[in-house]
Amino acid sequence: MKGGALRAFMIKELRHIMRDRQTLTILLLMPLVQVVLFGFALRSDVRDIRLAIVDPSPDYATTALRNRFLGSRRFRIVSLSRSPSSIEPLFQRGEADVALVFEPGFATRLASRTEPARLFLTVDASDPNTGTVMQNYSRAVISQYEAERSAVCRSVRSDGPACPRPVKLVTDTRMRFNPTLESVNLFVPGLIALVLTLVSALMTAISLSREKERGTLEVLLVSPLRPWQIIVGKVLPYLGLAFANVITALLAAWLVFHVPFKGSVLLLLAESVLYAIVSLALGVLIAARTSTQRTAMLAAMIGTMLPSTLLSGMIFPIASMPAWLAPITNIVPARWFIVVARGIMLKGVGLPYLWRETLVLCAMAAVLMIAAVRSFKPRLA
Amino acid sequence: MTAKAQAISVNGLTRRFGSFVAVDHITFDVGAGEVFGFLGANGAGKTTAIKMLIGLLAPSDGDAHVAGFDVKTQRAQIRRSIGYMSQRFSLYDDLTVRENIQLYGGIYGLSDDQIRDRTATLLESLGLSGSAGDLVSKLPLGWKQKLAFSVALLHEPKIVFLDEPTGGVDPLTRRQFWELIYAAASRGTTVFVTTHYMDEAEYCDRVSIMVDGKIATLGTPAELKAQYKVATVEDVFVRLARGAKASE
Repeated sequence: MKGGALRAFMIKELRHIMRDRQTLTILLLMPLVQVVLFGFALRSDVRDIRLAIVDPSPDYATTALRNRFLGSRRFRIVSLSRSPSSIEPLFQRGEADVALVFEPGFATRLASRTEPARLFLTVDASDPNTGTVMQNYSRAVISQYEAERSAVCRSVRSDGPACPRPVKLVTDTRMRFNPTLESVNLFVPGLIALVLTLVSALMTAISLSREKERGTLEVLLVSPLRPWQIIVGKVLPYLGLAFANVITALLAAWLVFHVPFKGSVLLLLAESVLYAIVSLALGVLIAARTSTQRTAMLAAMIGTMLPSTLLSGMIFPIASMPAWLAPITNIVPARWFIVVARGIMLKGVGLPYLWRETLVLCAMAAVLMIAAVRSFKPRLA
Repeated sequence: MTAKAQAISVNGLTRRFGSFVAVDHITFDVGAGEVFGFLGANGAGKTTAIKMLIGLLAPSDGDAHVAGFDVKTQRAQIRRSIGYMSQRFSLYDDLTVRENIQLYGGIYGLSDDQIRDRTATLLESLGLSGSAGDLVSKLPLGWKQKLAFSVALLHEPKIVFLDEPTGGVDPLTRRQFWELIYAAASRGTTVFVTTHYMDEAEYCDRVSIMVDGKIATLGTPAELKAQYKVATVEDVFVRLARGAKASE
C-alpha cells in the first residue's frame, strides 16, 4: 500500500505543476531564453582595439605587418617602442588592450626559412570575452599576412624550384589577468547548472514552503506518508522537469551557437540528475528552515542561485579569485558540476577523469538528502 | 476501565519548551463514539496537546494512548487509525474536489475501487455531485469545511481530530457541520474537537476546559453548568479563564 500512497502523492504534485500553466511555461522556456540571451550577450563585437607594438629592430617585414594592423579598422596603434618593458605600464594604466612584440631580427628569420620567426601577442583579458575576441582579431590579421606571403612565394617561384616551406609565424599568445578563457562554449555547462539549480532548489523550496504556509504539510505529516515519501514525491516531478530543461539547453546551444558536444550525452544526463538531487535536497532543507514562501524564495535565491552563478567558476574563474575566497567555492555544488559538464561537453572526457568531482557530488547528495529527510521528521526534540 | 477500551487515554501528559510548561500533567479519557470538546483560551496549550496526540510532537513526560496505541512508540499505527482536519484548511485549492478526494484516499492506502465508490457516496451526501470537477478554490468556505471533514473520514478512522473546524462561517453552516459530526459519531467514530464557539461546546457529549496548560474542569455540559451554577458553558469558560488571568 505504501507504493499507492507515494503514487497518489506524486499524481497530486504533477497536477499542481500542470495546473499552474504560467509557471510551467516559464520554467520550460527559461533554458532556451537563457542560452540565447547569454550566448548573444557574450558575442560582443569589439572595435577600436588599442594596440601597443614593440619592435626592437624595425625591418621590412615588421613594417609590413604593422601596416596590416593599421589598415584594419579595428586596431589603433597607441604605442610603438623598442623595448618590451614599455608594455607593462601601459597595461597597468589600462591604455592598451593588446601588445604585439616582434623578436629581434624578425625579417632575417623570416627569410631564413629554417627557424620560425616569432611574435608574442599579449591580450588584456580582464574581461575574458572581450579578450578572446581581441585575440582572435589579432590572429586573423597575422594569419592573413602569413597566407599572402606564402602565396607570393609560390607565384614568384612557380616555374623555378618549389617554395621550400610556407612562411610560418609562431604567435605565442598570453592572456593577462585571466588565463582561463571563457566563451559561449564554456558558458553552456554553467547555464545548465544554473537552470538545474533554479528548477530544483528554488521550485522545491517554494512548493514545500507553500504546503507549510497553508497548513497542508501538517495534514500530510499526520497521514501514513513517511517523511521520505513526501520528499521523494515532491522531488521526482521536478527532477523530470529539470531533465527536460537540460535537454532544451543542450539543443539550444547546439542549434543556435553550434556549441560542440564531444563526450557522452548519457553521462552528462546522469551527472545532471546527480546535481539536481543535490539541489533538490538543498531546496527541501531551505523549506524546512523557513516558515513562509517569501522567505524560502529569498533564501533559495541567495543560498543557491547566487553562489551557483558567482562562486562556481561559471562567470568568474576560480583561479582568479582572492586566496580566501577560492576555498569557499568548494562547498558550492555547482562548482563541481561545472567542471564535470565542461569536461564531458568540451573535452570529451569520461568518468576516469571526472571521478573525483562525481564523488564529491555523490557525497553532497547523500549528506543533504539525509539532512532533508531528518528535517521533515515531526519535531520530536 | 483499561486504556484499550478507551478511544483516547491520557495520563500525566506533559510538554515543556525550555522552562515553559505548555501542557502540564493532563489526564483524561475519551470513550469510543464520544464527541469530546477540548476547550481553552488561546495559548492555554490545546494545540500542543493535540500535536502530541496525533504524533507531531513528542511528550516530555507522561503517556497517552490513541486508539490503543502508544503515542511515543506506535506513531505509524496511530496515523492509520486517525483522521485530522487542521484549523488551517487542509484541502488543495488548485486541485478539483475529486482530485483532493483521490489524493487522500491514495495516501491512506485505499484501492482505486474503494476511492471511486466512496467518492460517489461522499459527493452525494454533501450534495456536491455536480461540482466534482470544480476547483476547490471556487467552493464557498462552508462547503470547503464540510468537504475537508468528509475527506478526513474517507479512510473510516476510529478517531477524528478537528482543530477549530468551523472558524469564519455563519451559524447556519456551523449547525450543518455539527450535523455531520453527529452522523459520524453515530457510526461509532470518536470525535475530538477544539472550538472557540461556546454554543458548539453545548453540542458535545463532554467538554474539558484547559487553563494555563492544565485541565481546569471536565464533564458533560450539564454537569459543568450545575457545578459552577451558571446558565451556559460560556459562563463556565469565562469564569475559569478570568481566574487564570487573576493568578498571573
